Amino acid sequence: MKFGVLQFPGSCDEVDALQAARHVGDAELIWYGDKDLKGADAIIVPGGFSYGDYLRAGAIARFSPAMESVVAFANGGGLVLGICNGFQVLCEAHLLPGALLPNANRRFTSRQVQLEVIRADSRFTCACAGGQRLSIPAKHSWGRYYASEQTLDEMERAGQLVLRYAPGENFNGSLRDIAGVCNEAGNVFGLMPHPEHAVDELTGSTDGLAIFESMRLALKDSRV
Amino acid sequence: MIRARVLIRPKAGILDPQGEAVERALPALGFTGAANVHIGRLVELDVEDPQQLEPMCEKLLANPLIEDYEVQLLDAGS
Repeated sequence: MKFGVLQFPGSCDEVDALQAARHVGDAELIWYGDKDLKGADAIIVPGGFSYGDYLRAGAIARFSPAMESVVAFANGGGLVLGICNGFQVLCEAHLLPGALLPNANRRFTSRQVQLEVIRADSRFTCACAGGQRLSIPAKHSWGRYYASEQTLDEMERAGQLVLRYAPGENFNGSLRDIAGVCNEAGNVFGLMPHPEHAVDELTGSTDGLAIFESMRLALKDSRV
Repeated sequence: MIRARVLIRPKAGILDPQGEAVERALPALGFTGAANVHIGRLVELDVEDPQQLEPMCEKLLANPLIEDYEVQLLDAGS
C-alpha cells in the first residue's frame, strides 16, 4: 500500500509521518499546491503550523488544492489520518465534527501521554485490543477537543470516539477526555497526539506504529 | 469600496483561557472590579460588495461552531 503525506508551508512533522508510514508500506510527500494525490491508498495530514496557524489553526490549509482532492478522496471512502495540525485541518474542512480550542492550561505542552483505545474495531485502531493503552507524545497549544453536548452524544452512540486520554492524562481539557475521533463513515480519523513520533525505541515507545499498521490491515481487508 | 469591521469572539459558555488569564492579571495590577473578560479577533477590510461579508465569515473569517461574529460597516474606505 502507499501513503500520501501532505506538506503545507509550515508543516513540520511530515518527514516523521513519512518514515512512520514506511514501517508498514510505501509513502510519498504530496505538495499542498498539487491536486494529484499520486495514487495514494491512504492520506496523512501531518502536524505542524500550516500557514503559520494564521486566523485559526488549519483554517487556511483547508482551502489548499491538495486538500480539495483530499476532501473528494475522503468523501469517496478513502482512508485519511490527521495528526495534530492535521486533525485541526480536517475539523476545519468539516471532514470531522467538532473543533480544537486553546488548551485549558493556556500553555504549549509537550509531553508523553497515555491513551486508551475506546474502539478497537475502527480502521485506525484494529491492530489494538479494546482498552489497550498507548504511550504517545503530544505537543500542542490548541488541542482541547470541543463539540456540542448533543454532537458528542451522537458521536458516542455512533462509536466515533476512538481514543481517549487515560485518567489523569487529559492535560488540554478536551471534552469527555477525547484524544481521537473518526467520522460517521469511519474512514477519516484525527488525533492530537503524535503516533509518528512513537515508532522507535530510541524515543521511548513504538506504540504509535499500531495506528499505521491498523490502516494497512483495514486496506488489506477491504480488498479481499 | 466600503470599510468593514468584523468582530469575532468565542461563543458564550466556551472556555476562554486567554480571557481568564487577563481577568486574573488585572487585579494584580490594582484594577479591581473587572469581570467577564473575553478575547477575540478583529478583522478590518475594504469590500466592494458588503453582501459578501456574511459568507466570508461563515466560510473563513470565523468558525461558527465555536465563535460568534458581528459585522460593522464603517465609512467608505480609502
